[in-house]
Amino acid sequence: MTEKHHTAHHGKKKAEADKEWEPKIVGFLCNWCSYAGADLCGVSRFQYPTNIRLVRVMCSTRVSPHIVLEVFEAGADGILIGGCHLNDCHYMTGNYHTEKRVNLMKRLLREAGVDEGRLRLEWVSASEGEKFSKVVTEFTEEIQKLGPSKIHTDDMMKAKVAAADDASETFRLKALVGKEFNLLSKGNAYGDKLDPEKLSGIIDVATEEEFERALILELARIRPISVKQLGMVMEVPTDRILRHIVLLRQNSMIAMEHPEGFTPLYKTIEIGGEQ
Amino acid sequence: MAATDKIGAVMVVGGGISGLQSALDLADSGFKVYLVEKQPSIGGAMAQLDKTFPTNDCAMCIMAPKLVATGRHHNIDLITNADIVKVDGQEGNFTVTGKQRALRVDASKCTGCGSCAQKCPIETTDEYNENTKVRKAIFVKYPQAVPLIYSIDPEKCIGCGICAEECKADAVEYDQKEKDFEIKVGSIIVSPGFDEFDARLKAEYGYGVYQNVVSSIEFERILSATGPHFGTVMRPSDGDIPEKIAFIQCVGSRDEKVGNEYCSGVCCMYSIKEAIIAKEHGGNIKPKIFFMDMRAFGKEFEEYYNRAKDEYGIEFVRSRVASVFEDPKTKNLILKYVEKGEPKEEEFGLVVLAVGLRPPEDAEALSKVMNFSLNDDGFCETGAFTPVSTSRPGVFVSGAFSSPKDIPMTVAEASGAAAKAASEIASARDTLVTKKEYPAEIDVSEQEPRIGVFVCHCGINIGGVVKVPSVAEYARSLPNVVYAEENLYTCSQDTQEKIKQMVKEHNLNRVVVASCTPRTHEPLFQNTIKEAGLNAYLFEMANIRDQCSWIHMHEPAAATKKAKDLVRMAVAKSRLLESLENLTINVNQQALVVGGGASGMVAALELAKQGVKVHLVEKEKELGGTLLKLHYLPSGDDPVEYVQSLAKEVASDPNITVYTGKKVKSIDGYVGNFKTTLESGEEMEHGTVIVAVGAQEYKPDGEYLYGKNPGVMTLLEFKDKLKKGEVKGDSYAFIQCVGSREEGHPNCSRVCCTGTMTAAIKVKEKDPDAKVFVLYRDIRTYGFREKYYKEAAEKGVTFIRFEDGTKPQVEDKGGKIEVRVTDEDTGKEVVLTPDNLVLAAGTRPSDGSEELAPMLKVPITKEGFFLEAHMKLRPVDFATEGVYVAGLAHGPKFLDECIGQGLATVSRAMTVLSKTTLEAEGIVAFLDETLCDGCGICVPTCEYKALEIVPDKKDEKKKTLDINVGLCKGCGACVGACPSGALTQMGFSDEQIVAMIDAALEDAAENQEVKQ
Repeated sequence: MTEKHHTAHHGKKKAEADKEWEPKIVGFLCNWCSYAGADLCGVSRFQYPTNIRLVRVMCSTRVSPHIVLEVFEAGADGILIGGCHLNDCHYMTGNYHTEKRVNLMKRLLREAGVDEGRLRLEWVSASEGEKFSKVVTEFTEEIQKLGPSKIHTDDMMKAKVAAADDASETFRLKALVGKEFNLLSKGNAYGDKLDPEKLSGIIDVATEEEFERALILELARIRPISVKQLGMVMEVPTDRILRHIVLLRQNSMIAMEHPEGFTPLYKTIEIGGEQ
Repeated sequence: MAATDKIGAVMVVGGGISGLQSALDLADSGFKVYLVEKQPSIGGAMAQLDKTFPTNDCAMCIMAPKLVATGRHHNIDLITNADIVKVDGQEGNFTVTGKQRALRVDASKCTGCGSCAQKCPIETTDEYNENTKVRKAIFVKYPQAVPLIYSIDPEKCIGCGICAEECKADAVEYDQKEKDFEIKVGSIIVSPGFDEFDARLKAEYGYGVYQNVVSSIEFERILSATGPHFGTVMRPSDGDIPEKIAFIQCVGSRDEKVGNEYCSGVCCMYSIKEAIIAKEHGGNIKPKIFFMDMRAFGKEFEEYYNRAKDEYGIEFVRSRVASVFEDPKTKNLILKYVEKGEPKEEEFGLVVLAVGLRPPEDAEALSKVMNFSLNDDGFCETGAFTPVSTSRPGVFVSGAFSSPKDIPMTVAEASGAAAKAASEIASARDTLVTKKEYPAEIDVSEQEPRIGVFVCHCGINIGGVVKVPSVAEYARSLPNVVYAEENLYTCSQDTQEKIKQMVKEHNLNRVVVASCTPRTHEPLFQNTIKEAGLNAYLFEMANIRDQCSWIHMHEPAAATKKAKDLVRMAVAKSRLLESLENLTINVNQQALVVGGGASGMVAALELAKQGVKVHLVEKEKELGGTLLKLHYLPSGDDPVEYVQSLAKEVASDPNITVYTGKKVKSIDGYVGNFKTTLESGEEMEHGTVIVAVGAQEYKPDGEYLYGKNPGVMTLLEFKDKLKKGEVKGDSYAFIQCVGSREEGHPNCSRVCCTGTMTAAIKVKEKDPDAKVFVLYRDIRTYGFREKYYKEAAEKGVTFIRFEDGTKPQVEDKGGKIEVRVTDEDTGKEVVLTPDNLVLAAGTRPSDGSEELAPMLKVPITKEGFFLEAHMKLRPVDFATEGVYVAGLAHGPKFLDECIGQGLATVSRAMTVLSKTTLEAEGIVAFLDETLCDGCGICVPTCEYKALEIVPDKKDEKKKTLDINVGLCKGCGACVGACPSGALTQMGFSDEQIVAMIDAALEDAAENQEVKQ
């Protein structure tokens, strides 16, 4: 279920409540370019809405999917990440990695049904004060249009974002996204440069799978649940759910409850996690 | 070396159960073996099976020891991931060229720890599990794979480099190249197995379209405890346990439309097995099997079929299912079929298609490269009398590649092919094999134990959970431990050197390795300490991986404590370890063959070809056995001519002494040292015995007017008359299953259906207008024999099926025969008045089997046939070593199968007769004679007949036990049975076991404090 789909079904009362609502936006800015750009913006007295709260990091690449998803879970309506322009990174290639990670975050947001417009990556140099004010103003308006995030009010969405968070922490996604830039730019272990589309496809598949697995674990943590129920709630074909269950059972992450009748139920094993 | 010189090596192509058996037999009888497998690991189709019929043995449990033995055999070179490119030369001297595809992992460095696969981010479907599970781009086929070496799937790998980073052994080699090889061998055996029929070609069953239609091999994985659902039967669409499962037989078999007219021979049985296991896994599951003829023709198969019906309540419907439709909502499947003329529909939760066996995909390529012929169905061509020979001399075949067949027939053929391969190069035996030499053993009996402990990290497999340094540290604190260290991989080559060095430096006289399982790794370490001059039995293992770190991954502290406990237990036992001696037994290199029919003569001749002196004893005046009475073979070959030529060859072979018209009076002794006396007084000494005493046709006295009306005769009697032209009249009725598949004789006699087809076709050939009726229950013309059924039907033979339990009624109407039978299909009674009533009488054991069995200390089945050591994997062996069985003595079968078994016994016997001495087990039973009072309670517990009660030498009045160490396999059954504590199992004495238990129950922490 997507967020838009969700809001469309809400009545008048909700619309009234929204009037008083002001978007909460968090921005992560890299020390060397975008933070400096934001300072310049101030020095130059370019105005922008008051909704944003800025956090300084040394490099935009420090902002992991986990942090972003945590911030959404904590109640933010929008997140802005600012970094140096490509090739200008103070740390050589940090922003290239940022780009790959933001792609992953967007993939995960899509999976979770969160409008990916709530996350924005912008390259702002130390001399682009005006650009920074424009970016913030535009972004605030966009979030205004999207309305309040449902992440902490809707149980299903909460579970989905938690699942996206868990998925982002898996070794598989960390490995693929962590290696993505080098595999494309420097070549792989065979000395070949990978086709970016092929690799992107592989990461898409992995993201979808890891998200679905994490969501299954989230849902089966609440109460024992069947493949068919999972399929219905997650809107994923049951044969696909079953395949995930096979793997999760193999990795001792989920257990089958002794089936009564012909439909087995599954429950998440709580001591999971890699050593 | 001249090009014609014989080479003492054999190449086996295909590493399934067939290839394994051939390789082991040859390597154990003095030949070097190159086992070439196209996949990265050996094991073949059998490794995928959950259980095996008719004993429901776990397939992997019975196969794994053979896998390990093959992988470890110092005279077998495994060449995996490889293809054959060219074969030059001729029998005795071939040059084989091949290519080994890159594994991208250095096989000499990979320890199989699996850290790479754990971290590989690329997932793909797992072929071993028929795509019901996930594997990584770096993988082994299955956890027990041999060799346990990971390889990179070139199709899937993206070259991210993570596996190389994870591998602590530096084994990943992305730039590894394909390797060419050229090997000289004397003989070649091809055993590439089979492929499954692609069920998508039967579009009416919806395979590949409907999720809940699966193939039988997929269902096998679903049933398996190592499969996707840990053995719970679930359907693919939604993981529900299907209440009703339909099995549809003959998918891609007996089907002209898909071009496979033959019967696949194994599907009826595997479907019964799968239905039984499904039922065992979930009591509420209701399996139903839709079949045309139930082909339960093998040894004790019919009883298995009966148990499925009577005990498990599995339903059987005789019908060819027309089509399958899916209910798109429930994903249930609706089967449309006709039963007894009535159209029916029934809904099921899951449909299993019993897919047939096809020639392997690369059959044609292989036949071209190797230059041998395929038959019309694309399988390897063989002859009626040469079941394991291809059309190219020196190239032999075994297993499903020559015709669809089950595991026991495959294993027998594999040994048979090994015998033929060996005969070709018998003169070069022992020329290319290596014998390991060890330094003289250090006598440690008077020494105080000085124990060395080696604790393995296994990459991160152990070290990632268990604090290995603290385990090693703890080991150092234990009494008698003078040295302890930790290793990244204790099994790696450099660590072996290190162990040897430490044994010398610290004068170690016991070695303990704390790592993985002794089941795979004990022989390696035992070999290492032998190289360091220690007796192999001064070694002990603590399993801190498979039974500790892997199962307590989330509890590192508790796992570390347990690892320490396991090490303390191993050390406690090792203190009490003693050097054990592997006794050597001298071998008399002659052989005895009992029975001069085809099986016995084939065995005798093949043994003689390999230079063995053979004593062939036949109770009849003439050699030849049953074959002399058979007259016709379905293939058109002349069995009498064949058997007479065998007899002639036997008579003129200087290595064979024939004793016709003579019976065995007694056989004494044990493997390598038998002594046999004939009733006529001749005595002979020999090292092995082959039992080939044949069988006989049942004489159905009193049934169906047999013996009362001259027009009623058995199948063999009829063929004799047919041959002699003495058959009268022009109408014939055959009644099947006379004396088979009924109370007292529950099993199928296997050969009668085909025998009937042969006779019926002969009758029709002589007189196309003859009226021929066959009254049957199931037509069991399995394998390529199906074509004779078809031919008979095409020639106008009428088949009438009568229901089980409603036999035809036969009456004598004034000398005329009248047969009344109810046709099951129409429900109407048919009355026939044939001039000739032929009874397809069953096969009965040979007279004298019951006397011979106890002489050899071997068992017989309740029907009186000889019972082999294991129904699946030891089809021609007995549990008693050095005694083998072939042909009809083992159960009803066809000539080609008898020849296969006859040859197989030769290969098995040669593993003994090729040596002058045999090495017995070290872990054997040991008797304290002062405590034994000769009660004999232990004797029947010994499967290997190693125990005997004898008069005490010191006190004639007393009795005592005699242990034949040559036969003892060291199981310890007798030790547990002994009421007076006189028996001990060497290496597993009460003291040693109790020491381990005491150590286990001792509190580790307390012990540590005391030491400090």
